[in-house]
Parts: sequence; structure tokens; C-alpha cells
Amino acid sequence: MNEIAKKLLKDVTGLEDMPKGAYNIRENSKTVSRQSSENIEIVGKEDKSGIDIIVKPNTKSESVFIPALVSCGGVSDLVYNDFFIGENADITIIAGCGVSTGDSCDGSEHNGIHRFFLGKNSRVRYVEKHIGVGTGTGKRVIDPVTEVVQEENSYMEMETTQIKGVDSTRRFTKANLKVGATLVIKEKLMTHGEQFAESKFEVDMDGEDSRVNLISRSVARDYSRQTFISKISGNTRCMGHSECDAIIMDHGVVSAIPEITANSLDAALIHEAAIGKIAGEQIIKLMTLGLTEGEAEAKIIDGFLN
Amino acid sequence: MLKLENISFEVENEKEILKNVNLTIEKGKFIAITGPNGGGKSTLARIISGVLKPTRGKITFYGEDITDLSITERAQKGISFGFQQPIRFKGITVHDLINIAKGEDLSALEASHYLSEVGLCAKDYIHRELDDKLSGGEIKRIEIATIIARDTALSIFDEPEAGIDLWSFNHLIDVFMKIHKNKEKSIVIISHQERILDVADEIIAMVDGAIIVRGAKESVLPELLHCENPENCAYCQDIVEA
Repeated sequence: MNEIAKKLLKDVTGLEDMPKGAYNIRENSKTVSRQSSENIEIVGKEDKSGIDIIVKPNTKSESVFIPALVSCGGVSDLVYNDFFIGENADITIIAGCGVSTGDSCDGSEHNGIHRFFLGKNSRVRYVEKHIGVGTGTGKRVIDPVTEVVQEENSYMEMETTQIKGVDSTRRFTKANLKVGATLVIKEKLMTHGEQFAESKFEVDMDGEDSRVNLISRSVARDYSRQTFISKISGNTRCMGHSECDAIIMDHGVVSAIPEITANSLDAALIHEAAIGKIAGEQIIKLMTLGLTEGEAEAKIIDGFLN
Repeated sequence: MLKLENISFEVENEKEILKNVNLTIEKGKFIAITGPNGGGKSTLARIISGVLKPTRGKITFYGEDITDLSITERAQKGISFGFQQPIRFKGITVHDLINIAKGEDLSALEASHYLSEVGLCAKDYIHRELDDKLSGGEIKRIEIATIIARDTALSIFDEPEAGIDLWSFNHLIDVFMKIHKNKEKSIVIISHQERILDVADEIIAMVDGAIIVRGAKESVLPELLHCENPENCAYCQDIVEA
């Protein structure tokens, strides 16, 4: 692993060295290091590029790391990762992608197709960070697709973060929730320059008492553009909530397109969206505490995206 | 310490909100400013803190002309301002705001001290976001805690009693008196609360953008309530009509 890849690994996962337990490190379209644990088995796919992550039932308090790194220009990576989470398991998955184009004018791209199958009563915390670095003019592109199928009373929390550096991203997340299943998605996004980001969610609540809570906070700076699309269908007694909060700066543009459909009298669905610049009174308040206008603005954005 | 000379504030096409206000606040004083709504009290506080710029006049702080200084510069020179309606922030926690106010990264325990001062159970609040889930009284007390944390030469509070229950307010008076014990610090409180007026060194009454009287409570309140022309005095009209 070269220095760029090591830095990307640290930025994406916080790891400075290989972790204990199960992991799979992917660099420039190839697995460079892999380890299974007693309860979490990682197996390479035979028909296409990617891995199966198989978590035994009743596995508790384990983490699995599966970062993907692109450390040079001119790489177009496509990977299929499937997660099979056994009943009653409770695990954390640290994923994410770092794309560097170095000083190259060739673009690089990583597209991860992730599918999650959560067994009954299982719990998953999925943490994913996307970053882009490099001084070249090559475009850094990340287009993730995530599909989630949650069995009875399972719980999944997805924390996705993309702060700067990725020129173009189209994220698509699709979920199907069975009886009593809960899905929580927390998305943080900041775009700058002339970047473009689209985040699209489609959630079907098919099981009684299923719940989804989808929270997106984003900042669009410079000439960047963002589109947030959430489609939530409540097909039985269930609760759905989506919230898009965005700060626009400079010439940034944000669109929020909600679609909530209640196909049952007992479906309770809410969508909230707020887009606007930083309130002047917030900056004034922090200036009365001694910050400059620029420092106040930075604090407000840091807090907003935390 | 603070001197306002001929301060006026006008808004285009509207009435003059402050009219030629002259005011000196000495070091170590506890001043209460009272008077009817719309009398110019909050505008005066905002002009001192730099949130508003006067149309005319001069402000000096420890002898330095600060009329053209920014909000930040005035804050750094030792002027604090507690808003009447505290500002809410998504994502910024109570601990974050106390750190900003103090100008250093405090431990949760150190920051908690300031919450305890204003009667909030620190462990319940220190990690909370300053969003709209906090009640008016809670965020008001947090606002006061940040001013205490700043510990500046001049602290201005705009109606600190607003939204705070009476029991808690008694405790807050103790907080203000504690600040007042330090004879290097001055406090200005805009208030309608008689208990604040009771403990202040001096009371300033403002009506229609002007200071009409300044002095001890015993002399100011009668004058405020029995002005020479009560029919035309916003503060006295209600009493006259009653």
C-alpha cells in the first residue's frame, strides 16, 4: 500500500494499521488485505468483483472494516459487496471510499454496490465516509448504490458522510422494511467548487410497526449543486419521517424533492425540508462572543454537519 | 468605563428610535434600564454591543473611541451582550457555545460549572444541541451562562427574566449580585422586574428614545410613573386609563 493509500485509509476509517478482527482492504480494484474472524467471514465473489460478508447469528459487539481506496488517476472501480447479517447479531460496519487522482488529469471513479440482508432482531451500525483528494484536474467520482432488506424487528443505522473533494456523486439507497424493522439514515454532505451530488432514497415500509427516520444535513458552497430525493411509501401501520436541512452559500443550489405515499390509513408520514443561507443573527450572536465573521460561519457549518 | 455621547439612531422612513442619548457607566456599577416597550432600551443595548451602528454620536470604552469598531472587536475588548431572544443553532451544543464564550476548550466538568450557576442540571444539558427542542427558559439560562463564562468588564443583559419562572429568577438575581461583587465589572440589565430594580445601584428610565430620568429607585420610579404629561407617555397611559 503506497503512502497515498495509507493516508486515504486513515481518513476514511481512522485506521493507521490493520485492524483486529474482520476486514477487507480494497485498493485500485483489488483486495490487498483480508481477514475473517471467528464470527464474521469474508469471502471473495467468484462471478464478479466483490465480497460476501457473512455474520453468524448472535454475534455481538464486533466490527468489520471494508474500505475501498483509489490511489491514482485513471481507475474505474466497480465492486459488489453483500452483507448477510445473522439473527440477533449486533455489529458495526466501517465502510467508505477514498479517491485520489494525485496530480493526474485522468479521473478516477469508485462505484460500490452494497446489499444488506438483516436477519430477525439483528442490529447494524453502518458508517461510511467518502472523500476525494488530489491536485490534478481529473474528476473524482463516487456513485454508491445501497440496497437494504430488513427482516422482523431488525435495526439499521446508516451514517454517511461526504465532506469535500468528490466532484460528482449519485447515491441511491433503497430499503424494504418488514414487521417492526427500523431504519435510521443520517447523511452529511458538503459540496464546493462546481461539484454535483444527488442523494436518492426509496424506502418501502411493508411490515406493521416498521419505522424509517431519514435525516440529511448538507452545505452547498461556491457553484456546487445538490439534489435530495426521498420517496417513502407506508404500506401498512408504520411511521416514516424524512428531513432535509441544507445551508446554501455563495452560488450553491440545493433541491429537495420529497415524495411520501401513504398506502394505508395507519401510515404516519412526515417530510420536513429547510433550505437557506446561514441566518445573519446566528453569525451576530457568535461575533458577540468574540469570533470574527469568518470564524462564526465556520463554527456554524461545523456544528451543522456534526 | 463606558460613555455614550449624543447617540441617535434613526431608521429610514421611520421615527427616530434613539434621540441624543448621553450616558456614562462607571466601573463596578449595576445599572438597570427600564421603561415602556418601544422606548429604545434594546436598541441602546445593541448599539453598545455593536450589533447596530448609531446614526450620530460617539461611544468610548475605557477612553477609546469604539464607535466604528465591529461587534467582534467590542466583544474582544470586554463587552458582552445577552440577547433578549437567544439564538438557536442546529448541531452546536451547549458545551460548544460555552467554549466559544470562554475562548478556550473547557472540559465538560469545567463547562458544567457555568450551567450550575444558572440553575441548570449540567449533566442534562451540557451535550444538548441549541436547537428548538430547548424551551424558552432553558435557552435563556444558557444564554446567561455564556455571558458569565465570558467574565468581561461590561455585561449587558436584555430582559434576562423573559421566559424564566419566578423561582429560577430569584436564583438569577443572586448570580447578578455575584458578578456585582467584583468592583472591576459593570452590569447593565434591561428589565421590567421590580426585584432587579431593587438591587441595582441606579435605574435609568427610557421613554420614546430618550433617557428621562436616572437615579436611585426611590427617585426614579415615582418620576417614571407620575410624569408631567402622562397622557402622552406610553408608560403611564395604562395607569392613567386605569
